[in-house]
Amino acid sequence: MGGLITMDDLTNEEIIAILDDAERLLPVAKGELYLPLLRGRILGNLFFEPSTRTRMSFETAMKRLGGDVVNLGDVKTSSVVKGETLFDTIQMVDGYTDIIAMRHPRQGAAQYAQDSARVPILNGGDGAGHHPTQTMLDLFTIRQAHGKLDGLKVVLAGDLRYGRTVHSLSHALTRFDCELVFASPELLRMPRDIVADLSAHGAKITETEDLYSMMNDADVIYMTRIQKERFSDEDEYAKVAGAYKLHSSDLNDVKADMIIMHPLPRVDEIHPSVDATRHARYFEQAFNGVVARMALLCKLLGVSVPKNVEKEGSAL
Amino acid sequence: MMSNEHSMRRVTAIRNGTVIDHIPQGHALTVLEMLGINDKTSVPVSLVMNVPSKKMGSKDIIKVEDRELTQGELDRLALVAPDAHVAIIRAYTVAEKMTINLGEEVVNVVRCTMSNCITSNPREPLPHRLKVISRFPLQLRCHYCGRTQNLVELVKNVI
Repeated sequence: MGGLITMDDLTNEEIIAILDDAERLLPVAKGELYLPLLRGRILGNLFFEPSTRTRMSFETAMKRLGGDVVNLGDVKTSSVVKGETLFDTIQMVDGYTDIIAMRHPRQGAAQYAQDSARVPILNGGDGAGHHPTQTMLDLFTIRQAHGKLDGLKVVLAGDLRYGRTVHSLSHALTRFDCELVFASPELLRMPRDIVADLSAHGAKITETEDLYSMMNDADVIYMTRIQKERFSDEDEYAKVAGAYKLHSSDLNDVKADMIIMHPLPRVDEIHPSVDATRHARYFEQAFNGVVARMALLCKLLGVSVPKNVEKEGSAL
Repeated sequence: MMSNEHSMRRVTAIRNGTVIDHIPQGHALTVLEMLGINDKTSVPVSLVMNVPSKKMGSKDIIKVEDRELTQGELDRLALVAPDAHVAIIRAYTVAEKMTINLGEEVVNVVRCTMSNCITSNPREPLPHRLKVISRFPLQLRCHYCGRTQNLVELVKNVI
């Protein structure tokens, strides 16, 4: 395959196979086993926007598998400030590396990069567009908790307008026949073209501003931060900031196995009192970014993950 | 119902120029906008709207004198009127019939309307690619950002 730009680049069977690979790679991700499947390979990290988890988990994933990483570094100190086009940057890094992980503030940048690159591109977020590697780790976390992906009821809450994680995730969940609840302030509703597209693919969708009334029969509540940086108007941001604040006292009547997820960083949408509940899963979710990205790096570089990782790996 | 021949007489025959027939009813003004024909245009332009048509029920027709459409203009026309008939007239006779082709993808005809799309950076050396999702009513999807957009949005973004 080429790169991973949107979830449409993967079939359901490929998604399941990658999640299976990721599960087998868990002891490697945790540092319990050394398995240098990607020795000699180089990942180029091109982050044109700030990133903590995505960039670091890509780097960790590559290094846990024996590979190496080169970084664009801070955009302010790169050729980008001298006016270099994305096309030229990609041509250069394409020659230096075997695979590229990229985040860019503009939608469609990852597809553009893939069109002009020889090596696979992993889209680590393009504006308010797609974030498929986040979706893979989200699916991994959901399957880890519920043992399946099919037929779950998933509430997506917060900034559904600009939140690229929820755009990619809702497409993927629709393919697994999940029931979706979109809970957001009016201003931050899921874009109409995405809702239309999901509906055309048979999605069961409920849209509401009332998150709290939709929680009790949910299997997953996926909270998102209202992203100040996506607003050009401070007043508009002020109208919706702090729209949802999930507290442990809101969870008295939820399902016992319901999990709360969040792509992080959070601001005030999940109160720290939730962290100690059995529902909180966001820190495991962040860790799962390493294992999901390990499986994706192997897949895109055409490296098979052994069926018996314990046997193939060695102790550190 | 009037015959097609009769309805064509609503405007006089032109000596040289282009006749665009079988434009979907009510879309002639959009065609003019897409072709850049406006109040600055000096050549005579005739337009009839809501003419009875056997094939289409009703249709619009445009005649532009002393101007022959280019391939680029035909590509733009294809977005509004993918089934229009275009005839080049020289000395009162049809000298050439031009074919409109709205394929599966439109390249370098219109720009994506999403303001934050990578295509809105004029310095990037990229082709403007939009996939045809629906011919009529027109819906195109940007190859890069994936946004689906309609004719009303796109008419302002002609290249």
